[in-house]
Amino acid sequence: MLKQAIAHLGNRTLQGVGRIGFAVRFFVAILLHSGTAFRRFGLTIREMYFSGVQSLIIILVSGLFVGMVLGLQGYETLQTYGSEEALGILVAMSLVRELGPVVAALLFASRAGSAITAEIGLMKATEQLSAMEMMAVDPIARVVAPRFWAGVISMPLLAALFSAMGIFGGYLVGVQLIGVDEGAFWSQMQSAVDFEQDILNGVIKSVVFGIAITTIALFEGYDAPPTAEGVSGATTRTVVTSSLAVLALDFVLTAFMFRGLS
Amino acid sequence: MQHDNLVEIEDVAFDYGARPVLKGINLTAKRGQVIAIMGSSGCGKTTLLRLIGGQITPSQGTGRVAGESLGELDQAGLYRLRRKMGMLFQFGALFTDMSVFDNVAFQLREHSDLPEDAIRDMVLMKLHAVGLRGAACLMPAELSGGMARRVALARAIALDPQLVMYDEPFAGLDPISLGVTGNLIRRLTDTLGLTSILVTHDVQESLKIVDYVYFVSEGVIVAEGTADDIRASGLPYVHQFVHGEAEGPVTFHYPAAPYVTDLRLGEQSA
Repeated sequence: MLKQAIAHLGNRTLQGVGRIGFAVRFFVAILLHSGTAFRRFGLTIREMYFSGVQSLIIILVSGLFVGMVLGLQGYETLQTYGSEEALGILVAMSLVRELGPVVAALLFASRAGSAITAEIGLMKATEQLSAMEMMAVDPIARVVAPRFWAGVISMPLLAALFSAMGIFGGYLVGVQLIGVDEGAFWSQMQSAVDFEQDILNGVIKSVVFGIAITTIALFEGYDAPPTAEGVSGATTRTVVTSSLAVLALDFVLTAFMFRGLS
Repeated sequence: MQHDNLVEIEDVAFDYGARPVLKGINLTAKRGQVIAIMGSSGCGKTTLLRLIGGQITPSQGTGRVAGESLGELDQAGLYRLRRKMGMLFQFGALFTDMSVFDNVAFQLREHSDLPEDAIRDMVLMKLHAVGLRGAACLMPAELSGGMARRVALARAIALDPQLVMYDEPFAGLDPISLGVTGNLIRRLTDTLGLTSILVTHDVQESLKIVDYVYFVSEGVIVAEGTADDIRASGLPYVHQFVHGEAEGPVTFHYPAAPYVTDLRLGEQSA
């Protein structure tokens, strides 16, 4: 009994390590076969439409509401200290540094990541990837790499749009609804938000999240057992794994980027 | 090495982990012939096709296609060789996000710099050959099973390959599509000078069109010969297979514990 349990544990561990190894090789293969994705940029643009443009609605609407909530909550807290004019800083900083990249990435993982996994998984299950290989076309170069770069390019753009909509939402609630001084709202924001420290770091974060999400989504699809439950399980794993990866990476990146800042 | 045999498989063995699938197969396909590999489901027929296509490597033995040894090719060499091959997958494996036209044009666009006008003409010619020129604008989801198979056939011959492999081309087709597909394989082989290898368990349909048959059972070739040889064969396995009899060397029951033992266990748990 105990022996069996140990054997089982060992087996699971080996499988896990093997899968990680496979994922890393898969990632390297994507990078090595990225030539086509840039030479025939149309392929990548097409995927950017599917994963980026079609995520716009959910990203923009969520951004607006997140910003509006920030406006309300921020005002409540700030007015206790009589500094409600700093609302612009609070909204912009929270969005640009954290909420923009992270929430947009979580939404991207569930909207586009799951779709990528399901598509690749079904292409594998219906032998479309094998057919491509038999036609002397490398599926990694033709199918996987364009989707990877489309995700990596789309992610920071979506995060930027999320932040912009959020700031607009904060402005609507703070300035238009509650009546914080408009000049103070914008000018304080302008003077406090630093391009390098805040905006650039946010962009770096979203690029890293984009790499993580699309790699996980593509790998899960490529590795999915070619059955109905195989593909559905892989889709779920994509959302769970990439969401956790985004949150964990966010902590690590924040620790490196903002330590020692006042 | 431009001789008569396009495909030569010598003493090839393959196993999935501990389970041996093929145990020493010898097979040749001459240029211009239609070869059938027959056998019951799960006997390793499809594995054999994947070996010829270089998608898996044998654990023993060698395979040569068009004079090139499969085991010695790197990926670039294998891809070069595959341009001389076409493969028809069991359910067509059409790219579902592309129209019929784009599916057939896929290889031409990937492997050549031909202008779009030329590609258009070539695609329409291939579609005409399978009788589906009028379906060029349809999406794969709008096709019936038989039509999808024919589109896949047009796609497989898009680059005028020397060898076309068919994985169960007759599975799940109605009698009309069955006859049409069979005739199409024969006609295309003759007019385009192809070599065709089909893997099938549809004996009656395939015996009408093939030149030579290999019977595979439990990983070895148990019989081979022309269609007439096979029809007249006295081997019990071949006889059972050709005439579709329930009793013979292939048993109806999957290997199991004695029936009585199994039923008693059932009583206890209920």
